[in-house]
Amino acid sequence: MTSLTAKDKDAVRAFWSKVAPKAEDIGSDALSRMLVVYPQTKTYFTHWKDLSPGSAPVRKHGKTVMRGVAEAVAKIDDLKAGLLELSELHAFTLRVDPANFKILSHNILVVLAIMFPKDFSPEVHVAMDKFLAALARALSEKYR
Amino acid sequence: MVEWTDFERATIQNLFSKMDYELVGPAALSRCLVVYPWTQRYFGNFGNLYNAEAITSNENVINHGKVVLHGLDRAVKNMDNIKDTYAELSLLHSEKLHVDPDNFRLLADCLTIVVASRMGSDFTGDVQAAFQKFLAVVVSSLGRQYH
Repeated sequence: MTSLTAKDKDAVRAFWSKVAPKAEDIGSDALSRMLVVYPQTKTYFTHWKDLSPGSAPVRKHGKTVMRGVAEAVAKIDDLKAGLLELSELHAFTLRVDPANFKILSHNILVVLAIMFPKDFSPEVHVAMDKFLAALARALSEKYR
Repeated sequence: MVEWTDFERATIQNLFSKMDYELVGPAALSRCLVVYPWTQRYFGNFGNLYNAEAITSNENVINHGKVVLHGLDRAVKNMDNIKDTYAELSLLHSEKLHVDPDNFRLLADCLTIVVASRMGSDFTGDVQAAFQKFLAVVVSSLGRQYH
């Protein structure tokens, strides 16, 4: 898969500055959708009391995830180095199957389309899709 | 045999009855060609696909987008027999058009995004689940006759 061009990075940064104020809502909605549409992802959250859309643990975790995404935007010029610690966390502690990164990315894109229908043009869509894929690759670095 | 719940049936019928095929079809296809540019390989004779603007305003893309979405209508009207409904179309896509079936999944994802952006908050997690399940069945049926 290709790496991010300068045009992609500009598009991501510009779009992110628009959507960042809603990061918490985006994270919560994306996670809620993921748990409903892809029920196999619930297996990672058996320790939560409430897995229903918009529940307290889902909101809290959505916030955590989007903090990671924000960090990735800031470190977009070197995601591998920038997300090293997060990769180690996901590889050794959380042990999330990397296939799930694609699933969550898809749901983030769906939420962006819902919340920002006019801004989420095909060009912004492709830049964000590439960015989330690069983010997922960086998170998978330390797996093996 | 695919089992549909009452909610899933109602959701699909409702969603498609309210859908503007003439807008959604072209939007989904052009988005697919922009977001996954390798899909352009099947449209060599469509003319200018040079950038996102060219793709979105391309007459051939617009017309073909409508064709594709009206083709989806067949599944909407035959939810209990999508596999047989699409047997011929599957053969067409494999033997004549030689389309890599993975592309069906890519187009389905773009359609989901377009529908989500148009429905806004009405596109709840449950609606999304029903819609994606429906598209997964369509995608699987279209890939059935590949050997």
